[in-house]
Amino acid sequence: MSRKLLERLQQEFGTAILRTADQHGDAVIWVAPKDATVVLRHLRDREQCELLLDVAGVDYPERAKRFEVNYLLRSLARAHRVRVKIDVAEGEAVESATPLWRCADWHEREVFDLLGVPFRGHPDLRRILCHHEFEGHALRKDYPIEQGQPCVSTEKLFGDHEIEQASRRSEGVAAAGDESGLPSDLLTVNIGPSHPATHGALRVEVLLDGETVVRARSEIGYLHRCFEKEAEDHTWHEVMPYTDRLNYCSALLNNAIWAHSVEKLLGVQITPRCRAIRVIVSELARLTDHLVCLAANLVDIGALTNYWYLYNVREGIYQIFDKLCGSRLTTNYARIGGMSHDLYPGFAEETLFHLGRLDEAIRDVTGLVARNRIFLDRTVGVGAISREEALSWGYTGPCLRATGLAYDVRRFAPYFGYEEYDFDIPVGEHGDTYDRIMVRFEEMKQSARIIRQALRKLPEGPVNIDDPRVILPPKESVYGSIEGMMNQFKLIYEGIQVPAGEAYGFGEGGNGELGFFCVSNGTGRPWRVKVRPPCFPIFSSYSRLIEGGMIPDAIAILGSLNIIAGELDR
Amino acid sequence: MEQVTALFARIAGAGTLSPQLLLWLGALTMALIMALVMAACAIVFTWAERKVAGFIQSRYGPMRVGRWHGIAQPIADMLKILQKEDIIPADADRKFFILAPFVLFIGSLMAWAAIPFAPGFVAADLDMGLLYIFAASSLVTIGILMSGWASNNKWSLYGAARGAAQIVSYEIPLALAVVPVVLYAGSLNMTDIVVAQQGGIWKWFALRNPFLFVSFLIYFLASIAEVNRTPFDLPETESELVAGYHTEYSGMRFAFFFLAEYANLFLVSCIATAVFLGGWGHPVPGLNFAPALVFLAKAVLLVLAQIWIRWTLPRLRVDQLMHVCWKVMIPLALVCLAGSGVWMLAFVRFA
Amino acid sequence: MIPACPLAAVSTGMHADFATVLIFILFGVFFGLLALGIARLLRPHNPHPEKLVTYECGELPQGSAWVRFNVRFYLIALFFIVFDVEVIFLYPWAVVFRQLAAAPGLGLLALLEMLLFLAILVVGLAYVWAKGDLDWVKSLTARPAGEEVAGE
Repeated sequence: MSRKLLERLQQEFGTAILRTADQHGDAVIWVAPKDATVVLRHLRDREQCELLLDVAGVDYPERAKRFEVNYLLRSLARAHRVRVKIDVAEGEAVESATPLWRCADWHEREVFDLLGVPFRGHPDLRRILCHHEFEGHALRKDYPIEQGQPCVSTEKLFGDHEIEQASRRSEGVAAAGDESGLPSDLLTVNIGPSHPATHGALRVEVLLDGETVVRARSEIGYLHRCFEKEAEDHTWHEVMPYTDRLNYCSALLNNAIWAHSVEKLLGVQITPRCRAIRVIVSELARLTDHLVCLAANLVDIGALTNYWYLYNVREGIYQIFDKLCGSRLTTNYARIGGMSHDLYPGFAEETLFHLGRLDEAIRDVTGLVARNRIFLDRTVGVGAISREEALSWGYTGPCLRATGLAYDVRRFAPYFGYEEYDFDIPVGEHGDTYDRIMVRFEEMKQSARIIRQALRKLPEGPVNIDDPRVILPPKESVYGSIEGMMNQFKLIYEGIQVPAGEAYGFGEGGNGELGFFCVSNGTGRPWRVKVRPPCFPIFSSYSRLIEGGMIPDAIAILGSLNIIAGELDR
Repeated sequence: MEQVTALFARIAGAGTLSPQLLLWLGALTMALIMALVMAACAIVFTWAERKVAGFIQSRYGPMRVGRWHGIAQPIADMLKILQKEDIIPADADRKFFILAPFVLFIGSLMAWAAIPFAPGFVAADLDMGLLYIFAASSLVTIGILMSGWASNNKWSLYGAARGAAQIVSYEIPLALAVVPVVLYAGSLNMTDIVVAQQGGIWKWFALRNPFLFVSFLIYFLASIAEVNRTPFDLPETESELVAGYHTEYSGMRFAFFFLAEYANLFLVSCIATAVFLGGWGHPVPGLNFAPALVFLAKAVLLVLAQIWIRWTLPRLRVDQLMHVCWKVMIPLALVCLAGSGVWMLAFVRFA
Repeated sequence: MIPACPLAAVSTGMHADFATVLIFILFGVFFGLLALGIARLLRPHNPHPEKLVTYECGELPQGSAWVRFNVRFYLIALFFIVFDVEVIFLYPWAVVFRQLAAAPGLGLLALLEMLLFLAILVVGLAYVWAKGDLDWVKSLTARPAGEEVAGE
């Protein structure tokens, strides 16, 4: 698949393509900075790579061209997975991809912020995750990990000039539509970081004319702790608990997909039982994610009671997690090459019981809202986005499926044996808040279906692979033999020795495609880990969705996008 | 009122107190009783609200304070709120900030003066009682606007603007919906209106004709909007406006908003009881039960209905709220008014 | 129950009723001051400048909230005054309608008069409705959202 694509590209561009490679089924091409836009445009228009997943920068201080910028592309129709690599020296600019994909805006700002690579033609090249007063670039190898910088001042997101412009424009419209023509002042209001509806620390500065949002601009990074820098400072295994804190509503999904990504790089195959367990816990985590999202979204719309109907089920699932992992939120359950331990006895019965309660809750809540006139008025047509635009913004997951596109990683590129399960991909039609909510309800039913199937045919056998280079030895051997003890010591202190290389491991997270782009230099610690958090590109479109609407719409839309600050800010 | 003054006269011995003094004493006692009723509303209905909400949401609600089902929870809340620090933002307009809760509270208390709980048990049996109640309770609008503007907080401003717009808008269907009742009763005096409904359930104004029944529904819905409760709780929507017009208030000053809110909730239910549901009259013939209890029971049922609605429905958006008021309720109320007039001429024989 | 003394005559008078209202107001003020007074004795007082900052979601407020608010809001207030005054005019009519209805012929006349009055009211309502002034948001909904984001 990727070989043919690479051949076509080489024919088309000849020497402009510096190198090609096929890594784990991903077509990788190296191009010079000046050719980047042409190649990317060709890929988008001719090869149907309509989705820009991520832009990942890697720092190699010893190279002449120090930085490597990766554009991760995806073609849904042709199943291409393409990575375009551009090597740039310090201070050398990359041509911005913002004219091609809207989500490139925030992705490139992130590369600029954390690595200091400038992008030519970028409309708004500011820091995004770090504070605007932060000095240096945190992900450069020469930035010391201990060096914190206390920054406190608030950045004004709209300049006086912009406010004036927006206000003139608003007055112009008012004068045209309203014979009174009386001007009103635009009000600059901060929604967040500490607002009941942001469900996490993020800030949206809005210019309001009455109740109408005239302009909006988002600021993120309040929860930024540079997960990726931390990952470089820890062994592959030690990153696992950090992934809990990404999307903390579905930590098990993060665990499983992180393990999956490293296994891809290692080239190991996990056992059938482990695959089934990962499917079960992933789907349970997806349930909790959707339950939290829906419950909070409905509360935002004022339908408070539904919160408890949904949260009671989530509580039941958390009790399962508690028994299974020893904690509810920060599960830390998966291991590279397996799981921390097997399921506990009685797991299946308890899970089935709570799935029954889930069905009941879905029935109750949809009964209360699905045909409620007030709910329909509040959600139908609110925050609608077309399929093409959603792709351009880098939407994945339920928000993309709400626009009618049945893209689901579990079906597109099955992992953990998802191809063996029978499930549907629910899609919406209009991409509005109503569709996003209803798609999540339907997905919960499908997740329950998958879990029931997986429990029915859960294979026997070992959970962990039999490979002492990856998996910790059993405790008897650690205490009983010098080999076991040395093995344990090496794995803990030096980490799993992952062969040098790159891999982009991905799976279907709670609100879209969650990916880890891992680079190894052959040691026990990652050289670079780049997370592809699904809500990051989705949230970059937030101001586009709310401009022209009203404050209550903005709140309803925010809830339906399911923005999790832990994952957004990393 | 008469009963109260008579009681004083009897205690002191006939003729020992001057009629004027008796009058003042009586009025003061009624004011005290009504203030206590207001406080009791806040206490009973906050607890009831939490318990009903708990029941609806398959959880318990308060269970600890006061041993039995958290019965003392409101008292504990009150004690807690008394100990809260009082903060007036530096940028606020101090005078209005301090005045606003008073306006709200007094407006609510004033309206209570004209509610007839039982024959003769009404503080001020005004001839234009119905109008007086509407006038007094619209002071709430001024209180809300004052608090929102004085806070100099953007969320408060939005809460106040929404609150004022909502309450004044819904006052029109509210006032229109009771006009058909006045047609039948031929009086604005609250006691007269209740007396006109005595003698069986079919005498209740809500059931006199189909138009009056619709008027009752309009009144009931508009009154939910008047007291800012879900689905019409836009002035204080937590998820949108943080806490709306009282965002900046703390401690006892906040408690006044709270008190007025629950007092108004009960007030609109009492008005509905008196105007549409026969006041102290009950359908069982021959039974001479305490009239005030019958009245209170009906009003409490209406409050429970409002609580039920609050925990069932989502919230409207502000433009939809205005749409419902101006384009649905007002035209409907006008139709009901005209319909009631025609019905009276066509079907009702007056002695 | 009521003793036959001059009291009955006085207490049912209009002045007495409004005196009661006055007492309610005074009592309300007293009650409020009392509650605040008790709270003052009980509550802590730990002033700090940051406590006195206006709340704006954890950021320092950007500009004052005292602005010229959107004009739609005032339009609603204007309609309210117009309609509320008209509703007030309905009340006296409603009070006497019962008596008029009892008299032959007069009832129909009274009803027609009021229907005429209502018709004028409805025309006014229809006018503002048609003009779109009853919509809370009018000015900006016509603009396709996000046009300035595209293509720049």
